[in-house]
Amino acid sequence: MNIDSIQNGVVIDHISAGKGMELVRLLGLDTSDLSVAIIKNVHSEKLGKKDIIKVDADVPFNLDIIGFVDPEATVNVIRNGVLVEKKKLTRPKILKGVIHCKNPRCITQVEQELGHEFRLTDDGYRCVYCEAKAG
Amino acid sequence: MRSIIDVMDLSVEELDELIASAEDIIEDPDKYAEVCRRKKLGTLFFEPSTRTRMSFEAAMYELGGHVISMSEAGSSSAAKGESVADTIKTVSNYVDIIAMRHPKEGAALVAARNASVPVINAGDGGHCHPTQTLADLLTIHREKGSFENLTIGLCGDLKFGRTVHSLCTAMSRYAGTKFVLISPEELKLPSYVKKGVLRKKDIPYTQTTDLEGSLKDLDILYMTRIQRERFFSEEEYLRLKDSYILTEEKMKLAPEKMIVMHPLPRVNEISVSVDEDPRACYFKQVLNGKYMRMALIIKLLKEAGRL
Repeated sequence: MNIDSIQNGVVIDHISAGKGMELVRLLGLDTSDLSVAIIKNVHSEKLGKKDIIKVDADVPFNLDIIGFVDPEATVNVIRNGVLVEKKKLTRPKILKGVIHCKNPRCITQVEQELGHEFRLTDDGYRCVYCEAKAG
Repeated sequence: MRSIIDVMDLSVEELDELIASAEDIIEDPDKYAEVCRRKKLGTLFFEPSTRTRMSFEAAMYELGGHVISMSEAGSSSAAKGESVADTIKTVSNYVDIIAMRHPKEGAALVAARNASVPVINAGDGGHCHPTQTLADLLTIHREKGSFENLTIGLCGDLKFGRTVHSLCTAMSRYAGTKFVLISPEELKLPSYVKKGVLRKKDIPYTQTTDLEGSLKDLDILYMTRIQRERFFSEEEYLRLKDSYILTEEKMKLAPEKMIVMHPLPRVNEISVSVDEDPRACYFKQVLNGKYMRMALIIKLLKEAGRL
């Protein structure tokens, strides 16, 4: 994979330095067969340092996950070597099936079939069931 | 389908409406004796409860309705591993409204999402207990005449005490409310309540470990039990359980018009001798709880088109 020139794929840019690996994990790229380049601590005029993820395949990504990890990141879609779409992100109001509630008293700990769901509040994401803070 | 998981599911206007309805029930109970005729309340209590369960059952009987109960979680389908969702979907076929208590936080939301009848959260672990807060609000309204300009002392377990968190949230909607937070260091009000409720709404509050020194400023003293079941360590519980004990002697330091409230059950945090003090309102709270549950059952059944 030539990481400088993707022909058809996705570049997730302007990721705050240090969050790239978390994003790779939550997007499932660490276990996928796709060609993925993770570039850490790249110099950035805007951020000082940033991470970049390049995926050499035109596959859809769950933008909620990227918005949750870093709403300042940008998602660039490349086709035939040309930037065709630049997606701006926001923090999703509801986050489903991405992270798990760690509160041992939460109903999701005993009912495994329940989907994990978080709501964006004034002080971050909270489990919709028990209201414990994510993290 | 409208269910009540948290007291904040009710607007201030709806709370006023429920209080007015409860006052009317108190005034003329006979008028309500047949309101829920042929309607059934299902009480699903997945953990032990005496007063809340009996209060719901008494409320439904006094409205002329019937009650179907799950005897106890140990002998129910829950013991066989059935999910809350499946239990609720099943019970929804038998009853018009459900009151549910469950030890896990968030279980009430699971129930509400899967029910085809209204669900009232009768306590989901340390999370919410909205009908206790309704009982508290009716008591404050009846004893103080208004919700405005009250200084409320919250004493005891402010960390795990769900009634305290709900009361903080509910009272923060009224003008002039002030809180005095009295607790051991280890059981202070969680920062998300202070930040998300008190500071967000500019509610003045002070934090202290000193009960005696705080009494003179209070309109309401809300005592709570240090709850053994909320601790992972028995040692920690034993160290903290006797942090505050309200006695006749301490009551001499309190204003003549201050009222003492407690969600009950108490262990030893209020001496039995205080019960004779006219400022002790905790048994009135129990009765008020029944009236508010009656008002809530009527409201939810009407909204569901079942009355």
